[in-house]
Amino acid sequence: MAQDVKPRVKVPKSAAAGDAVTIKTLINHAMESGQRKDADGNIIPRSIINRFTCEFNGQSVVDVKMEPAISTNPYFEFEATVPEAGEFKFTWYDDDGSVYEEAKKIALK
Amino acid sequence: MTLTRRKVMVMGAGAFVAFGLPLRATAAAEDQIAAFTGGAAIGEGGITLTAPEIAENGNTVPIEVSAPGASQIMVLATGNPTPGVATFTFGALAASQAASTRIRLAGTQDVVAIAKMADGSFLQASSNVKVTIGGCGG
Repeated sequence: MAQDVKPRVKVPKSAAAGDAVTIKTLINHAMESGQRKDADGNIIPRSIINRFTCEFNGQSVVDVKMEPAISTNPYFEFEATVPEAGEFKFTWYDDDGSVYEEAKKIALK
Repeated sequence: MTLTRRKVMVMGAGAFVAFGLPLRATAAAEDQIAAFTGGAAIGEGGITLTAPEIAENGNTVPIEVSAPGASQIMVLATGNPTPGVATFTFGALAASQAASTRIRLAGTQDVVAIAKMADGSFLQASSNVKVTIGGCGG
């Protein structure tokens, strides 16, 4: 799973200080729920991303605990305040121990 | 095979567990709510859960939760094999205590969102979603 996971994040290139910006994130992941069975009737083991965090210059924006009921290719949309120019850091934590990271810079208008 | 008293007891316990399972599905949701709130009373209003009335495909149901002033929002799908969906914890730089995502629903059921407010109180909203095709495989 870990090799073909590609996070995609949409953040505006610039914002005025103190402004709220909308952030959209998507990551391709099967999010195997542990409920499905294969052709032989064996349960396919659970394999999901269990946590997603977004930080701006080290300060937390949102921290999501994810469970198997989150759809394939988890998508999140939320709003963040931008007090200064800096960098958004996005991190996804996989059940198998992999960590997927993405960073986006934002400038002040 | 001789049927000892011990074996009968084990079989009885097994049957009890098997029949107890369907009942546990909704009880599990209540357990999770109790664990989240610590048994505190849950108010209404001040939290919005936006979900479609009818979802054709239970594999991706778009939902949105919003609770101004919340520190945490927990979303539960009461009719799923495991009711937990997600818990959002909002940090200092969250511009609004709102988020949208896509979830899986096993069938027609109530989706519940519970917000933990900054002052420690709890608010709840729920929405019934009719699901045409369930999203848990099987």
